[in-house]
Amino acid sequence: MEHRLLEVEGITKSFSGVLALDHVSFDVRPGETHVLMGENGAGKSTLMKIINGIYHADEGMIKLEGKEMKAQSPMDAMEKGISMIHQELNNVLDMSVAENIFLGKEYGRGIFYDRRLMQEKAGEVLKRLDLEISPAVKMRELSVAKRQMVEIAKAVSVNAKIIIMDEPTSAISHKEVEALFGIIGNFKKQGMGIVYISHKMDEIFRIADRITILRDGKSVGTYKAGHLTIDQLIAKMVGRTMENMFPPPIEHEPGEEALRVEGLCCEHVLEDISLNIRKGEILGLAGLMGAGRSELAEALFGMRRIKQGKVWIRGKEREIRRPRDAVKAGLAFVTEDRALSGLNKKTSVKKDMSILTLGRYCRWKQVISGRKENAAVDRGIRTLKIKTGSRNQNVGSLSGGNQQKVIVARWLLGEPDILLMDEPTRGIDVGAKYEIYSIIQKLAAEGKAILMISSEMPELIGLCHRVAVMHEGRIRGELTREEMSQEAIMALAAGMEGDCVNRE
Amino acid sequence: MRQEWREIVSTGNKEGQFKVYVAKYGIYFLFLLVFILLSVSNKAFFTVNNLLNISKQASIVAIIAMGQTICLISGGMDLSSGSVMALAGVTSAMYGLADGTNMPAAVLTAIGVGMTCGLINGLIVSWGKVPAFIATLGMQQAARGMALLLTNATPVFGLSEQYIFLGSGKISGIPVLVIVMILVMLASAFMLNKTKFGRHIYAIGGNELSAYVSGLNVKRTRLLAYTITGALTGLGGLLLAGRIQSGTPAMAEGYELDAIAGAVIGGVSTSGGIGSVYGAVIGALLMTMVNNGLDLLNVSAYYQQIIKGIIIVLTVFIDVRTKDIKK
Repeated sequence: MEHRLLEVEGITKSFSGVLALDHVSFDVRPGETHVLMGENGAGKSTLMKIINGIYHADEGMIKLEGKEMKAQSPMDAMEKGISMIHQELNNVLDMSVAENIFLGKEYGRGIFYDRRLMQEKAGEVLKRLDLEISPAVKMRELSVAKRQMVEIAKAVSVNAKIIIMDEPTSAISHKEVEALFGIIGNFKKQGMGIVYISHKMDEIFRIADRITILRDGKSVGTYKAGHLTIDQLIAKMVGRTMENMFPPPIEHEPGEEALRVEGLCCEHVLEDISLNIRKGEILGLAGLMGAGRSELAEALFGMRRIKQGKVWIRGKEREIRRPRDAVKAGLAFVTEDRALSGLNKKTSVKKDMSILTLGRYCRWKQVISGRKENAAVDRGIRTLKIKTGSRNQNVGSLSGGNQQKVIVARWLLGEPDILLMDEPTRGIDVGAKYEIYSIIQKLAAEGKAILMISSEMPELIGLCHRVAVMHEGRIRGELTREEMSQEAIMALAAGMEGDCVNRE
Repeated sequence: MRQEWREIVSTGNKEGQFKVYVAKYGIYFLFLLVFILLSVSNKAFFTVNNLLNISKQASIVAIIAMGQTICLISGGMDLSSGSVMALAGVTSAMYGLADGTNMPAAVLTAIGVGMTCGLINGLIVSWGKVPAFIATLGMQQAARGMALLLTNATPVFGLSEQYIFLGSGKISGIPVLVIVMILVMLASAFMLNKTKFGRHIYAIGGNELSAYVSGLNVKRTRLLAYTITGALTGLGGLLLAGRIQSGTPAMAEGYELDAIAGAVIGGVSTSGGIGSVYGAVIGALLMTMVNNGLDLLNVSAYYQQIIKGIIIVLTVFIDVRTKDIKK
């Protein structure tokens, strides 16, 4: 029998009577990338949190190199050799790279710490990973991808045997993904074990050695990556066969112009942006990280000062200076970052979903009619198939996909004409993605204009009528459905003219 | 709340059920526990007179605590309550003197002064973007100075009977203070739970950016929250002046901290977005009840202060520990 680095045996965990994990087992061998898959709410995060010492299992045990291990906290887990790179990074932005790497285990004498020694050591670690990051620079000045690399450096600095990565590629560009995979390759050669959580099929099949699939808190099975096709994988995850990643398009003719932008400029980030979207049309917005896609959506929604340019909504010129104006003009904005600008996690599903349209459920403009509000919220829960115990459940306790649906439902209750959606399927499992795609298509068929920002090119190609591609704050070009291909989009996104570019 | 009860009861698992129960209503259990303990340990405690006395004592702190609750839920904090109470108390006392009685003017002055101070706090915090801690600390100093200046540092005596009635009178055996406190509680609870404005207060305190993106008028909501807090503070100042039968510029020192403690004991989050006025009232009652019980047991005031400090930290400690279960 082969040597095993990490063994997870029969882990069971329930939260106030609800079973989140039911006797889940898997193991990681040295030099292996073990991918963990499952829909949102399948129990992946809970399982990782148990391994990492944030939660404690009700039953079962975890063995590290054959010895039973019980991590009391993430710091404890780290000392024992398990490091976790979270999906939502939590570096201290105002500290230097070196300080972040050695956070909690600073070098020094007594209460003083030795900044120079720390920077030296940090430099060594970064060098080992072939990273060109200065250890003295503040985290705030780094891009998301670089910050993630620093997290990885942190894991390496404690000689981690197991590194858990939770959707590490959700916020970084194609090129950076390559760099990350390079580093993972190196780790494997050194005999480390990687637990990798992701929803992106192409990635998974590139780096996985074995795949364990979770569904509804149970392990469906562990498979060798080469023995599975994408379709089989999806079928096992959702418990049904899915013919296609995308719902069939609904045939309809786009109507009159809903949104028109001309010569829009914002200091430093946007230059001379012109575009238009017709009713019933889905316009995709492609580009690399930092190309200015989110910034464009923010500018349209009144969250950035517009220096120049004009915006017409349904043929009328409008000046939108704050989100309030945008909402009144019939715009909706599903933002990129759920935790930061999306949800109020301190409240219930009901209260979060109804906040935007509360006025409609009121008598005398202020007094809420519980009946009307409940009816609207229940409608939202039903149409978007939100999995929640009840409308009074805490919205922060839902899985990522369901949280996203609550946000979409909140906007849809406002019956907007134009929807700006920034990465609407980020961090969402295949099943929920499919549902979001159907919702987007249905909305378009109902005559809504949709601007969809996405980093997943198949998604843009599968859904959009047209795709505008941004590069360094400008729109480099627009592609019609016939012209769309991953290669064409990439070429424009990389700032290249012409069509002679290969993706890899 | 009732619906949540039903849900908890319906989730089979008995042990988990009990835990959730305790976590959610811990403060009410604690209140009952202390109440029973004191009733058993001291005969003088469980008497109509003493209980009325406790509720009377707790009323003003409870009103200020409810003001703090509104402010805390919106993501703010008001350190100026004590001073603003004094300022509202002395200015209204000047209109409430026995010669030239003008009760409506006295009441309106107290509430108006409180509202004005709250409005200024709100303006500085929402438009000036000064942290609430600093802005209201400034108001704490300025309002106290103003109260001293207006009165030349001497109390305003000779209040009319109606004025004193507010602080010490009874209506069919129930202290006016308690009646006012209950009215404020019902009104604030209604505002927070049943109105659009109340929901907006929770929303901006829970996640300001999300509220802003959803098109809420964050600044105006925050401004109004501070103004309402100020109005309740002014009302508290009026009642306190009536109770001590003078407008004293040095009165109500440290009230803001008692009020914040009451709110926090009652489950209001200092980081905003969570809490209820019922909790704040129970918190204020609990603290007063402990004081009273210890008085009856002849525990010195110094020990009482130590015990109060321990209670404040302990309740929040327990609250933090049980948060996981709540989810």
